[in-house]
Amino acid sequence: MATTVHDPPKSGIDQKHPALTTTGDGNRGGFLPVDGNLREVKHYSPPPGSTGIWVGIAAIAMTFAAFTSALIVRKGSSNDWQPFTLPIILYLNSVLLLASSVTLEVGRRRVAAFMAGVKTHRARPARWLYATLTLGIFFVAGQYAAWKQLRAQGVFLATNPSSSFFYLLTAVHALHVLGGLAGLLLVIRRLRSCVLRRSTLDIASRYWHFMDVLWLYLLLLLWMTL
Amino acid sequence: MHDMSAQAVQHHAPPTSFIGKHIFSLDHKVIGKQYYALALVAVVIGMVLSWLMRIHLAWPSAKIPLLHYLSANGAAGNVMTPEYYLQLMTMHGTIMVFFVLTTAPFAAFGNYFLPIQVGAEDMPFPHFNMMSFWVTFVSFLVMIASFFVGDGPTLGGWTQYAPLSAIGPSSGPGQGMGVVLWASSIAIFCVGQLLGSLNFITTTLDMRTRGMSLWRLPLTAWAWFITSVMGLTAFAVLMPACILLILDHVAGTSFFVASNLVISDQVQPHSGGSTLLWQHLFWFFGHPEVYIAIVPGMGIVSHVLITNMRRPLLSHRVMVYSMGALAVLSYMVYGHHMFVSGMNPFSSLVFSFPTLIITIPSTIVVLIWLGSLYGSKLRINSASLFSLGFISMFISGGVSGFFLAQPSIDIMLHATYFVVGHFHLVMAVAAIFGIFAGTYFWFPKMTGRMMNETLGKIHFWLSFVGAYCIFMPFHYLGLAGNVRRYQAFVDDYLQPLLPVHKFITVAALVTGAAQLIFLYNLVYSRFRGERAADNPWQATSLEWSTPTTPPPFDNFGGQHPVVYHDPYQFGIEASSGDYVMQNSPEEIHTVRDEK
Repeated sequence: MATTVHDPPKSGIDQKHPALTTTGDGNRGGFLPVDGNLREVKHYSPPPGSTGIWVGIAAIAMTFAAFTSALIVRKGSSNDWQPFTLPIILYLNSVLLLASSVTLEVGRRRVAAFMAGVKTHRARPARWLYATLTLGIFFVAGQYAAWKQLRAQGVFLATNPSSSFFYLLTAVHALHVLGGLAGLLLVIRRLRSCVLRRSTLDIASRYWHFMDVLWLYLLLLLWMTL
Repeated sequence: MHDMSAQAVQHHAPPTSFIGKHIFSLDHKVIGKQYYALALVAVVIGMVLSWLMRIHLAWPSAKIPLLHYLSANGAAGNVMTPEYYLQLMTMHGTIMVFFVLTTAPFAAFGNYFLPIQVGAEDMPFPHFNMMSFWVTFVSFLVMIASFFVGDGPTLGGWTQYAPLSAIGPSSGPGQGMGVVLWASSIAIFCVGQLLGSLNFITTTLDMRTRGMSLWRLPLTAWAWFITSVMGLTAFAVLMPACILLILDHVAGTSFFVASNLVISDQVQPHSGGSTLLWQHLFWFFGHPEVYIAIVPGMGIVSHVLITNMRRPLLSHRVMVYSMGALAVLSYMVYGHHMFVSGMNPFSSLVFSFPTLIITIPSTIVVLIWLGSLYGSKLRINSASLFSLGFISMFISGGVSGFFLAQPSIDIMLHATYFVVGHFHLVMAVAAIFGIFAGTYFWFPKMTGRMMNETLGKIHFWLSFVGAYCIFMPFHYLGLAGNVRRYQAFVDDYLQPLLPVHKFITVAALVTGAAQLIFLYNLVYSRFRGERAADNPWQATSLEWSTPTTPPPFDNFGGQHPVVYHDPYQFGIEASSGDYVMQNSPEEIHTVRDEK
């Protein structure tokens, strides 16, 4: 019963699950105290941003999942869905966005190498980040060009549910990319004034790659349904 | 690289200006109190709206003084029009669900106590946290603004069913600008809660101090964590739904309005939309929202009862697992709101099963409380009384859920007062009792002063008896076939039920007035209450171990506590008495450790 007094539990986890003690991540997500005397449990906690970005990505993914299910239900609910050809420029935009992920990854590795003291040339990583920024801006501009092209063809937001979803999904995605661009600007500014933490860059690039994957998903969805 | 214990504790400096301290504060404790204040304003507005509705239901031709100031059209000569009744009802539901039941138990208490309970100096993203409150505040202003814009707030009910919500002014007063403001307000609200959930999740996962393993988190921390996971996924779905609804209004899209719909003798210009789509999106949020309102209360009630029973629950872990199961299942049951919507009847069957299954973790939670209470020498105070009240309401409201979970019975009971009675008891009153329990329990820590216990007990008994007087007859009305959302019952078959409505109205007025005792107690005790000790309830969790009361800016005075014990070490022999605090290095024989 609740008031029974027992001996304290032996925490023999070290022997049973050696992996638990060697992760070195301060028992993050671990349910059990790792150490017997419990004073040493939490040596290290990851920067909350690296958890936070996954949480944020989960929320964004959930939002787009909701849009997707709305699209599927709306398409099936009536026979008024009129397909239209996706503007060719979208494929070019996709290449730009993919390229931006590559440049960002190169930049990130250079910054990591620079911080580890391998390379001392400071200007180079910033150059790669600028390239990413430029490609990102071109992507958003390219999306805008695609919208203008469709408008010229007489395809507007309210023309048909297919165009409604096209504008909606691309616009919400573009807004998120703009957020990523703001993050990149922050990273570049910090890099230039030498106060950049690696975790900040890691977080920003995780978000950026997610935008990339999300766009490919949206393109596939639109290509399949339009 | 990032050793929390060695690092300077304050990751943002204490503010010096009045604005930095009390308005745009980054301090989670101030933000928590701001949320509480917002909920307090919202609950008063929501309650007054319910009074107006109740008076109109019992005496439909009664003149309600000053009402025409609120709406010249909706209450000409101070008598409510049927449409205005629906508008007030919509705002009552919306304000209560979003700005009271979501903000108070989750955002208010969670903000204040989650970081302290995990032993952190603040949430990891204080700016997001500040934004979360102010975004919610803006959302509240937008919602309230709809009273004063055009022909008033929307009349579509808090669920805003399409197509009436999506076709604009021709479907009634408030259905144009009112709906746009409603959907905008809720979309903004979602942003605020997403930012809040982000902070809650990362606080629980990454900000725990040394020794604070997940199983050592108090049940309140668990409850807030589980709630924030639900909030993250639920509000992320409601927001796109609101965006689609706004687009149907302002951009001429046809997401929710079907073809050739004739409303008020006009063929609507939309085509092909799915009216069920809104219900699917809304209830995918709506059902988890019920648990967002109630799970923090479960945590608070457990926390308060354990401290007052002086022994832990029968099982800490089963409690946590049950709350987790509720969260997972809450996504699988939402179709039970749509049994009569025209959805495929087979879907009703599919949604009925998890709805019945979700009663299992709910029952386990209740049995753990009752089993732990059995034979305990419970300290009777306002907080523990309201916790018992919570359990009582949760059982009473939960039992009627068994009936509603079955499609064949729900077809008869759907959209009657039976449903209104069910959800008011299980979600609204229970959650409000959780808020009261939390307030009486934590007030000493939040203000440094005790609340008046005598007034608290009077408040409890009036609220407890009053709530049953109001909501129990609802079940009877529903079984008698009294439909909900009608503004008057004088001219039809429901006339014989009018005396019951009059009784409910009187009970609502009296019970509402009894809440003035609480408000008086809150304000009086804040300034004149007896000074509180650091740990007046002899509790064990970290919020009672702060160096000062209320806690200093960084919670623990420049250092992180180290945690040595499970959260509820009561009923033992220790130097401090029958309990040992989590941060006490004293070696004890622990109580009923679960392997």
